[in-house]
Amino acid sequence: MTEAVLKVENLQTHFFTKAGVVKSVDDVSFEVGRGKIMGLVGESGSGKSVSGFSIMGLVDHPGRVVGGRILFHGRDLVGLPDEEMRKIRGRRIAMIFQDPMMTLNPVLRIDTQMIETIQAHEKVDRETARQRSRDALGQVGIPSPDERLMAYPHQFSGGMRQRVVIALALAVNPKLVIADEPTTALDVTIQAQILYQMQKLVAEQHMGLIWVTHDLSVVAGLADELCVMYAGRIVERGPVGRLIDAPIHPYTKGLIGSVPSRNPRGQPLTQIPGMAPTPIDLPAGCPFRPRCARASDICRTTPETAEHLPGRFARCFHPHLEDAA
Amino acid sequence: MSVFILRRLMQSLVLLCVMTIIVFAGVYAIGNPIDILISPDATQAEYDRAVRALGLDLPLWQQYLVFLSKLVQGDLGKSFVFNEPALTLVFSRLPATLELAFAAMLLSIVIGIPLGLWAGLRPDSVAGRSIMAGSIFGFSLPNFWQGLMLIMVFSVFLQWLPAGGRGPTANFLGINSSLFTAEGWQHLLLPALNLALFKMSLVIRLTRAGVRETLLLDYVKFARAKGLSSRRVIFVHVFKNILIPLVTVIGLELGSVIAFAVVTETIFAWPGIGKLIIDSIFVLDRPVIVAYLIVIVLMFITINLIVDILYSVLDPRVRLADMKS
Repeated sequence: MTEAVLKVENLQTHFFTKAGVVKSVDDVSFEVGRGKIMGLVGESGSGKSVSGFSIMGLVDHPGRVVGGRILFHGRDLVGLPDEEMRKIRGRRIAMIFQDPMMTLNPVLRIDTQMIETIQAHEKVDRETARQRSRDALGQVGIPSPDERLMAYPHQFSGGMRQRVVIALALAVNPKLVIADEPTTALDVTIQAQILYQMQKLVAEQHMGLIWVTHDLSVVAGLADELCVMYAGRIVERGPVGRLIDAPIHPYTKGLIGSVPSRNPRGQPLTQIPGMAPTPIDLPAGCPFRPRCARASDICRTTPETAEHLPGRFARCFHPHLEDAA
Repeated sequence: MSVFILRRLMQSLVLLCVMTIIVFAGVYAIGNPIDILISPDATQAEYDRAVRALGLDLPLWQQYLVFLSKLVQGDLGKSFVFNEPALTLVFSRLPATLELAFAAMLLSIVIGIPLGLWAGLRPDSVAGRSIMAGSIFGFSLPNFWQGLMLIMVFSVFLQWLPAGGRGPTANFLGINSSLFTAEGWQHLLLPALNLALFKMSLVIRLTRAGVRETLLLDYVKFARAKGLSSRRVIFVHVFKNILIPLVTVIGLELGSVIAFAVVTETIFAWPGIGKLIIDSIFVLDRPVIVAYLIVIVLMFITINLIVDILYSVLDPRVRLADMKS
């Protein structure tokens, strides 16, 4: 990876609640290169969305980034003054949210919402901003963009709205896009179209893309690299093809084993025993220990991230190296 | 839209008819106005003459029909007491009440919305908590006591403002109002404040609740993720959404302020319509009561119509033609 757009080092984001400190993101490191797609996979509550919001500087109270560095083109975003961060948000790093029904303001027209974004970052007049908005809508495959600019969000279908959101995010040519489960709320056919669109845009505009999802089958065909999160930590990181074919962390193995399409018909699906731990009360050491078949006494200490095979990182004392080598 | 307005007008007509029947029957049930109007030692002949002059010798349903046929010609009858057309009487007192009501509403909006915004944006600050505590007082203090206290503090102790009455009026653009003289303002301030405190608390609480609710929504977070300034996020994205419930409540409250300003008018000796209606009810002056109620009902209907139209302006999802009025 020659040129990293984003380099996250030992990021820690904690929420200070009345019940105690919730370590939503705990010592997370990864990087995203130009024109690359990084898949961030995990169950609900594993900290993947909070990681995304931490990069945007949009962690809600009572949460706060308490440690680590977020290097964007070499510049640390942690602790940047609000106004500096505002200039980066939307302009350099854009974000696409999960539910397109909720991300657009229902009482403002599409053109208002697009023009304000462009004008928040560039000194251009309304007419120029409007033309760029129209072009951006055309680029994501919205028919008759001139008319659609005058419409309100409720006049669009879910898929079309997500296209509008993508157009909005891309209208200012960001260098990095964080997509937080952008296709989860959409039909499968629409999902495929949006995935194709995003892939094309990343390739054309050489941006980095972080695709946050809980759906392995979506990222499998999309991403270049995968990070698998469990209980606030990245448990495994590696190139997508090899990671899915031969996962080395027991959690990743369990996760992939439970995807229906990979099992022969009629066979019961493999399950990961037990439940994901509550984030407020994590087991000491490896958080996956209580559910892991390979756990031993050493797992009571926290495993560090290690490169078990070239390009394959995992936090585990007992990785599945047999068939991965 | 015209269909909507036409349907609304038809409903209003039915409403007016039902209202007049109820008032007619109600006033008839309370007692005979002649017993109050005529001196107890009048002869039977005088008594009969008075009854016939006022049309009270006919059965109730006939009296009602006479009233209706005159109503169609725009005649609401003459006051039993003042021997003046009831409508003229009502209209002569209405401007003073409207002036008071609008001033009170304006005060509660101009003060209530900014305070509510502040309390909503900084709910845990000292100012935010104080505003909320103050609004509880505004809700709970009895209106008459609060009026007396205002007089005591500002008129008796501090001697800043007059204790009662309406100031001199001046004519501006064909409207005769005390708003156009400095002394008129001095007289208006205390009663308007007294009337406004309750509504102000309502506006504060409504605005605060709206802000708190809207701030958590995805589209507000998305607006911030787009890199908009927090000023734009609050005053455009949040504010335009909370205006919808605000307009509804303010509209309804405006009607009730006009109709129920009686207590304030009595305390501050404000020569408004509230005092007239109380006096009329005491002497069972039916034409004045009916005329007053018709005017008030018409006012409510108009305000509701305006609110509904404003709705469709504020919320693009509302289309008047589909509305079940």
